[in-house]
Amino acid sequence: MIHSLFLINCSGDIFLEKHWKSVVSQSVCDYFFEAQEKAADVENVPPVISTPHHYLISIYQDKLFFVSVIQTEVPPLFVIEFLHRVADTFQDYFGECSEAAIKDNVVIVYELLEEMLDNGFPLATESNILKELIKPPTILRSVVNSITGSSNVGDTLPTGQLSNIPWRRAGVKYTNNEAYFDVVEEIDAIIDKSGSTVFAEIQGVIDACIKLSGMPDLSLSFMNPRLLDDVSFHPCIRFKRWESERVLSFIPPDGNFRLISYRVSSQNLVAIPVYVKHSISFKENSSCGRFDITIGPKQNMGKTIEGITVTVHMPKVVLNMNLTPTQGSYTFDPVTKVLTWDVGKITPQKLPSLKGLVNLQSGAPKPEENPSLNIQFKIQQLAISGLKVNRLDMYGEKYKPFKGVKYVTKAGKFQVRT
Amino acid sequence: MSSNSFAYTEQSGGGETAELGQEATSTISPSGAFGLFSSDLKKNEDLKQMLESNKDSAKLDAMKRIVGMIAKGKNASELFPAVVKNVASKNIEIKKLVYVYLVRYAEEQQDLALLSISTFQRALKDPNQLIRASALRVLSSIRVPIIVPIMMLAIKEASADLSPYVRKNAAHAIQKLYSLDPEQKEMLIEVIEKLLKDKSTLVAGSVVMAFEEVCPDRIDLIHKNYRKLCNLLVDVEEWGQVVIIHMLTRYARTQFVSPWKEDDGLEDNEKNFYESDDELKEKTEDRKKPYSMDPDHRLLIRNTKPLLQSRNAAVVMAVAQLYWHISPKSEAGIISKSLVRLLRSNREVQYIVLQNIATMSIQRKGMFEPYLKSFYVRSTDPTMIKTLKLEILTNLANEANISTLLREFQTYVKSQDKQFAAATIQTIGRCATNISEVTDTCLNGLVCLLSNRDEIVVAESVVVIKKLLQMQPVQHGEIIKHMAKLLDSITVPVARASILWLIGENCERVPKIAPDVLRKMAKSFTSEDDLVKLQILNLGAKLYLTNSKQTKLLTQYILNLGKYDQNYDIRDRTRFIRQLIVPNEKSGALSKYAKKIFLAQKPAPLLESPFKDRDHFQLGTLSHTLNIKASGYLELSNWPEVAPDPSVRNVEVIELAKEWTPTGKAKKENPAKKFYSESEEEEESSDSSSSDSESESGSESGEGGGSEEEEDSSEDSSEGSSSEEESESGDESEAENKRMATRNSKNKGKSDTEDGKKKNEKSKTSGSSDADSSSIESSSDSESESESEYESRKTTKEIGKQTKQDRNLLTKDVSLLDLDDFNPISTPVVLPTPALSPSLIADLEGLNLSTSSSVISVGTPVFVPGKTHVLLHRMSGKGLAANYFFPRQPCIFGDKMVSVQITLNNTSDRKIENIHIGEKKLPVGMQMHVFHPIDSLEPEGSITVSMGIDFCDSTQTASFQLCTKDDCFNVTIQPPIGELLLPVTMSEKDFKKEQGMLTGMNETSAVIIAAPQNFTPSMVLQKVVNVANVGVVPSGQDNIHRSEELKFSSSLRKVCS
Repeated sequence: MIHSLFLINCSGDIFLEKHWKSVVSQSVCDYFFEAQEKAADVENVPPVISTPHHYLISIYQDKLFFVSVIQTEVPPLFVIEFLHRVADTFQDYFGECSEAAIKDNVVIVYELLEEMLDNGFPLATESNILKELIKPPTILRSVVNSITGSSNVGDTLPTGQLSNIPWRRAGVKYTNNEAYFDVVEEIDAIIDKSGSTVFAEIQGVIDACIKLSGMPDLSLSFMNPRLLDDVSFHPCIRFKRWESERVLSFIPPDGNFRLISYRVSSQNLVAIPVYVKHSISFKENSSCGRFDITIGPKQNMGKTIEGITVTVHMPKVVLNMNLTPTQGSYTFDPVTKVLTWDVGKITPQKLPSLKGLVNLQSGAPKPEENPSLNIQFKIQQLAISGLKVNRLDMYGEKYKPFKGVKYVTKAGKFQVRT
Repeated sequence: MSSNSFAYTEQSGGGETAELGQEATSTISPSGAFGLFSSDLKKNEDLKQMLESNKDSAKLDAMKRIVGMIAKGKNASELFPAVVKNVASKNIEIKKLVYVYLVRYAEEQQDLALLSISTFQRALKDPNQLIRASALRVLSSIRVPIIVPIMMLAIKEASADLSPYVRKNAAHAIQKLYSLDPEQKEMLIEVIEKLLKDKSTLVAGSVVMAFEEVCPDRIDLIHKNYRKLCNLLVDVEEWGQVVIIHMLTRYARTQFVSPWKEDDGLEDNEKNFYESDDELKEKTEDRKKPYSMDPDHRLLIRNTKPLLQSRNAAVVMAVAQLYWHISPKSEAGIISKSLVRLLRSNREVQYIVLQNIATMSIQRKGMFEPYLKSFYVRSTDPTMIKTLKLEILTNLANEANISTLLREFQTYVKSQDKQFAAATIQTIGRCATNISEVTDTCLNGLVCLLSNRDEIVVAESVVVIKKLLQMQPVQHGEIIKHMAKLLDSITVPVARASILWLIGENCERVPKIAPDVLRKMAKSFTSEDDLVKLQILNLGAKLYLTNSKQTKLLTQYILNLGKYDQNYDIRDRTRFIRQLIVPNEKSGALSKYAKKIFLAQKPAPLLESPFKDRDHFQLGTLSHTLNIKASGYLELSNWPEVAPDPSVRNVEVIELAKEWTPTGKAKKENPAKKFYSESEEEEESSDSSSSDSESESGSESGEGGGSEEEEDSSEDSSEGSSSEEESESGDESEAENKRMATRNSKNKGKSDTEDGKKKNEKSKTSGSSDADSSSIESSSDSESESESEYESRKTTKEIGKQTKQDRNLLTKDVSLLDLDDFNPISTPVVLPTPALSPSLIADLEGLNLSTSSSVISVGTPVFVPGKTHVLLHRMSGKGLAANYFFPRQPCIFGDKMVSVQITLNNTSDRKIENIHIGEKKLPVGMQMHVFHPIDSLEPEGSITVSMGIDFCDSTQTASFQLCTKDDCFNVTIQPPIGELLLPVTMSEKDFKKEQGMLTGMNETSAVIIAAPQNFTPSMVLQKVVNVANVGVVPSGQDNIHRSEELKFSSSLRKVCS
């Protein structure tokens, strides 16, 4: 399946290569560079490239390209999904998935890649299993290792690998047993010029942080499970119980993981918590334009909307912007033409606004279209869909764990057309 | 280059710092090239020294630096000898790094690599499974052809390893060895065959991967494992799931008939509603019989459904393509929701998923229509995603949603991303041609765009308008005039060329404008693009033909210009046109037809989706994404007209020794299976299944129609040919028996390994699937007469004589097992579910006739073991625990039922109320008598209830829900085979008779391990009755105990020990 992997940074240097079968020359990446040049934008590099002898499947994550070399037919999503899993594992091990982190830990990276694939076929991708085989680097451990000469590499097969719950390590012990769940909902929306909703839906995830000793068996139930229209599960969840009782029953992995992600059924009307008043205009045959946006709360369920950021990709002809915010601060990058306004909290008494002039390249025709506004916000202690966790029960262990559920609503891909 | 020189040349930071530091101590480097060279040498010396030191930490450091070099793609091969010495290091981390090194360089330094082989061979025997596995991994990864035999041996051994992890690695090694030496294929296939039988979920994915790589065409290897794979699928790790699903999709397309036929057929009928009845009748007759889905086909579709909920996009896509390719069209709808969910993922996943949706949406619009808005484009999407979304929106457009879509398109047209805006215009053109209602609206919209500021947009609009006008022969003089004006401003060659072409085509409709345009063009001819020049020539020619008075001179001027053009294409065209239109003495016959040639009606271009031609690739594949056949792409075959024999998938539960010979293969190649097929073709399947091995389990041939006719005919045939069938099978198994040095009692049946030493003869075994049991049911229904005979035998408890012995049973070597002769051979590992073949049904029926007068009395159980089984664990039952055991009492609820006693315990701290049985999910034919609901159970309280279950003589599980007031728990009971028996009392003589008659029935066997000194009959008996509910037959011989029992419904078994 996966023949080789090359890691390439933004400036086009191949800084790591790993081969699972015969060595493939670095020159195969030239095809990739060619495609990259053609695409102009990193986002537009095609994920699948065909070359005379190989196929290149690549992902772009954290400013790095993971380019895998394939020789025969394989489902491309298989490779893409795996590469993302590799990137996530690096993130998990080193705290960040960057060139520096990978270069600093090149031996661990190599050991990980060796364990994750055998002959190009995934062998162990569960982070809990990998962590038993290869311990993540910590300062304390490296000190201990240099003194005692012990190694970072486990010498027995992780128990998870053989059991039917490969995601959980054996012999987990905590002094404080805690189980926290974050219900995070994101609103994806497209609002048109006049302020009416073109498209809106709610996507949610439940992220869990479980630090429980032994083999706890948890079941999480909702007050209103019917809200969940389409759900995807972590493998630990017993599908049958969900089907029959709408209860999430599972033996959790240790640590942080995503329990489920879901979509709220489209019948429900989506509450849009903010509105934007905007007037952006470019004058014909003049080198300036006016820019005026105001943000206000709407259907916010009595909660404060915070962390508001507005990002606008201005047209290419915009040279500079002279704006005054009533609240927060703004930046305009004349190279990428991105305007970012960091608003902060909305106070209904005084609505935040951003007004001013736009300088255009003189002589150039005025932009055809007004730019759309991308809005980020956050509402604490609210799941906008109304989803509520009913209770969490634990079986199989004697102790009483601390339990907690937190709700957050965020803007997902929230776009206002102007 | 060593990392030293790297440090010099590249000066990059990060991981280098450590090396640089070390270098400072190791080299006092002089400047210049020489210095670089010497330090290079020294550097490696340094590493070598470190590797040879006896301190592990130094070695480890050295290895880490070497791995760093490998990672950067630097050559570290000259260190090979020094590194390879450390292959046997005790330190596991050093060892691992050495492995990394070896795998990288062994191919280049084969001779030296051989030094390490013995270490791996030793490690293959290590008690630690991780070490065994990694030794196998490295051994198979080093790609040295000389060790192929060693690898082969290692793979064979590892494939029988006790650890599934090692077996998994063996499966991976198969592919490696195959790519190294394809000659080994045959042997490797044997290993694959063996590993396919593996029941571990860990192995399944890897071995299917090996199968796909080595022998994807050997679909016959899958048959027997098909159901197992389907059932295990949910528990296999996600990567394995993808591979298995893709393989099963291909499998299903070769083994089942199309489920789409019915749909199509229905449509046909609807269409032909007004046709005469006769015609209709003919049609229906053509279609033979109504389509009913093979239960195995259904099994696959059902078992993959939960995987749509997987977090892994590849798994979801794999299931989606499976549904798309093999499920009935009405059911494929459920995948759209999951696919749309994947669109939230990162751009690479979006890209692939959108591509697949694009292909699907061409064929079945309805599937994605409800999700139309999910494909709306955001300004922040990358262009490739935008164009794909646009493509899908176009495919989904219909009369109902087109107005919304057009509004949406209006926004897109104004997008800053001009490439995308141009694509949108193309899309509008396509919508306009597909949906006639909006053609005019679209056209008007496009005309408005002609005044757009952006040239690319205008040009694209012109091109699209040209296509639209071409499609509509209606007058659009105004638009053409407008476009003619545009020629003054627009500069994009394609657009100019399009306008000129359009005017040329319609020159008779705009008689005033056309010559003027030509005049302008003649002026600017020399500065135009080649594309435009060609169209100017065309326009000139057309005008010359229609309006030669005004344009003759102009055209000739243009032709003259063209004659001396730099481009040979244009010179060529000029010459061609001149000859054709200007009459002169040389011009041939063609010039007469010049007008016809130039002004012929041109067919309108078809605006089609660029994804139209992708549908012949399997969805979700690389080939589909690239729209090129990738190497190793396996074509998805068309549905077979007639389904191949479905019985091949039946699993023999208990594999007698003989089944270890390649009878499976023989049956494939052996046309001699036609042996029995004097009977109708219909029966072929059942016959062949009985021919391939006697203990072949049930075929579904009886199930398909469920018809009595079929049952009857199979009975007939087995009666007719039973003697030869029997004797043939007798010979076969005799040979086998001898080979195995076992003197099995000659049974048509199966031997099972349990922990008692016994041979069980069963006249009837359980079906391994619903299908089987249903066929059993139907057989017993149709033979109600014989059924009642059994009943009477049971009740009257009268021992009768067998009157008929027409089946030559006694002529066969009905040999009971002598203990002396019994070799403690290990009986093959078996699957737990027995199955029933039609031949067995036939035998049963024969039996009914022959034993019509014999009556068997049910005896009391000799022994009731106290072993309980867990039904519901207290943890999963929220404090309610349930255990069950088999009291071996005749069931009070019905003769065919097995009594089961369930003890319920309340371990929680509150009262549990209203305990009852909820929804039952029983296989076909199974019945259950539930206990009365229990009102309440106090904390710490326990209560015992009894219920009856008719297992249909099978070891199928009975699943049902145990409910309390608040909760429902899914529980299952699977009976051990011994509990399905019932002891009967009979004399030794009768026992022998019965035994003879039952020859060939299902057989269950097991080995009892006992010390010779206490090998007493009573002790053997104790062991036997511990596992099976049997009685004792008084025996003349000292060391033979026979027990016999009656199966509930109709079966008779014997146990001898």
